[in-house]
Amino acid sequence: MALGGAAVALGWHPALPPVAEIPTASPERIRAGETLAHLGYCASCHDAEGGKPHAGGRPIATPFGTIHATNITPDPETGIGRWSLDAFTRAMRQGIDREGRQLYPAFPYTHYTGLTDDDVGALYAYVMSRPPVRASAPENTLPFPLNLRPLMAGWNLLFFREGRFTPDAARDAEWNRGAYLATALSHCGACHSPRNTLGAEVASRAYEGGQADDWWSPALTALNSAAPPWTEASLARYLAGWDPQHGGAAGPMGPVLDAHARVPKGEIRALARYVASLSGAAVPRTPVDRPVPEDDPAMGRGAAIFAGACAACHESGGWAAGGVPYTVASLGQRSSITGPDPRNLIHVLREGIAPPEHASGPIMPAYGDTLTIDQTIALAAYLRARFSTAGPWTSLEETVRRLMPDAPKPSPAGPGSAQAEARP
Amino acid sequence: MTQPTPIALTVNGRTTHLDASPDTPLLYVLRDDLGLNGAKFGCGLGQCGACTVVVDGRPVLSCLTPIAVLAGRSVTTVEGLGSPDDPGPLQRAFVEENAAQCGYCIAGMVMRAHALLARTPSPDDGQIREALRHNLCRCGTHMRILAAVRRAAGHAAAHGTTGPEGTRS
Repeated sequence: MALGGAAVALGWHPALPPVAEIPTASPERIRAGETLAHLGYCASCHDAEGGKPHAGGRPIATPFGTIHATNITPDPETGIGRWSLDAFTRAMRQGIDREGRQLYPAFPYTHYTGLTDDDVGALYAYVMSRPPVRASAPENTLPFPLNLRPLMAGWNLLFFREGRFTPDAARDAEWNRGAYLATALSHCGACHSPRNTLGAEVASRAYEGGQADDWWSPALTALNSAAPPWTEASLARYLAGWDPQHGGAAGPMGPVLDAHARVPKGEIRALARYVASLSGAAVPRTPVDRPVPEDDPAMGRGAAIFAGACAACHESGGWAAGGVPYTVASLGQRSSITGPDPRNLIHVLREGIAPPEHASGPIMPAYGDTLTIDQTIALAAYLRARFSTAGPWTSLEETVRRLMPDAPKPSPAGPGSAQAEARP
Repeated sequence: MTQPTPIALTVNGRTTHLDASPDTPLLYVLRDDLGLNGAKFGCGLGQCGACTVVVDGRPVLSCLTPIAVLAGRSVTTVEGLGSPDDPGPLQRAFVEENAAQCGYCIAGMVMRAHALLARTPSPDDGQIREALRHNLCRCGTHMRILAAVRRAAGHAAAHGTTGPEGTRS
């Protein structure tokens, strides 16, 4: 016992025997696992852009370096085709792969540890039923000593508590279902909770806002700045795709809502019920839309850009009132403008918001080829001043410069010097 | 912001001084003030790409580009690539591939392809599709448009010009 404990503390785990054949499962079991896989957002990391489903390779940017999602198809050489249910369960709940190596906590075993036996089994049945794909993930680019996986044993000792989800008897079944999904399978805290300097979620500040892929993730608690405040009903609409009061998702939340299109509505309602309970009674807040100082030249520049580039859609009255699709009535309702961090607004200005699958035009066109760094700063400052009372973002200039390294730069020699490109 | 303000706009190498409200979309100035009717008004919402022009080598939607952001920058429209009598190589490729049906989207397609080829002279099919993905064509000439861009990129000699619909040899 003591020896075993010491071995675990040192990060040593045995390899588990490979399986020669994948056990069969019933179609019902596989379908149940598929729904769970959507609610665990497996594809958002394990599907690479343009790659085969679950074949891995997607780079995950972390503050420590880039990690590549692995191939979780049942390919015996490059995927998990030789993994038994025991090996899969150990990976999901303890972050140890079949060969006994530590996985990095970018893989949210810290959350999946809460899953029931039945759900882990259904997920196993589903992933093992998918077509095998031969694909090796690129090497991770973590600096020394983080490239040493056994180090993660120390991290686990400090920050990881293994254990199943325990329901709260004082709450109803729907709340408990939502709590199970949010804390274990859907791992909301992985993006929406702040992390400490070693990358572990700060338990005492759960859901107070975090980050994902260099996007800012809003707080799910009373710290959330949205106006009007989120309610259970608006959360349920948003999590199902779009809400007239808060709009839709952009950035890393996009794939989450895409996945929700494929799960039963009851699961979405349960998530909404739990998340709404995190902020307690809603404090009424009205969206801000106030005049900006007209004598400030920077504000004037931002106002002219807004009027020519944004107003056609964003002053159309909002989709719910017959305005342009996907717009809300006032930009004062968007937390990308009212929140504490300008990153999401700058991402959306630069990259736009891509259309849903099979739709034609973008939800929002990209301005990264149109606006210079100074123009983007002027527009963002104007939006902030007009639609929020929270005061200017102190990090705005630095953020724009960092997120728009390829922004257009007008030629210092003046426009006449660019004649050469008129004729290819 | 609705006050007309003097602004110098450089289009196809020529600088024009005009008085206009800084929030005026570039598309309106091109069509109404400069008589350059190549860029089209499609949706006015950045959804269709018919108004695409090139600014400093990059494709922009002129219906959503206020002239206030263009000081010191250089605009190129489809008229800047050549004329009916003397079309540029990309325009000639579109003509040779019969890429236009009604033609409404074509100036936008040409300008987005122009920006692509300036940056990536030999794009593969994936890169061409990626670049043109937000430019809509209601007539359905996408295969010919792709063939025209491939031809302009110099792929024609290597692959022939047979489109997937098999109408050309």
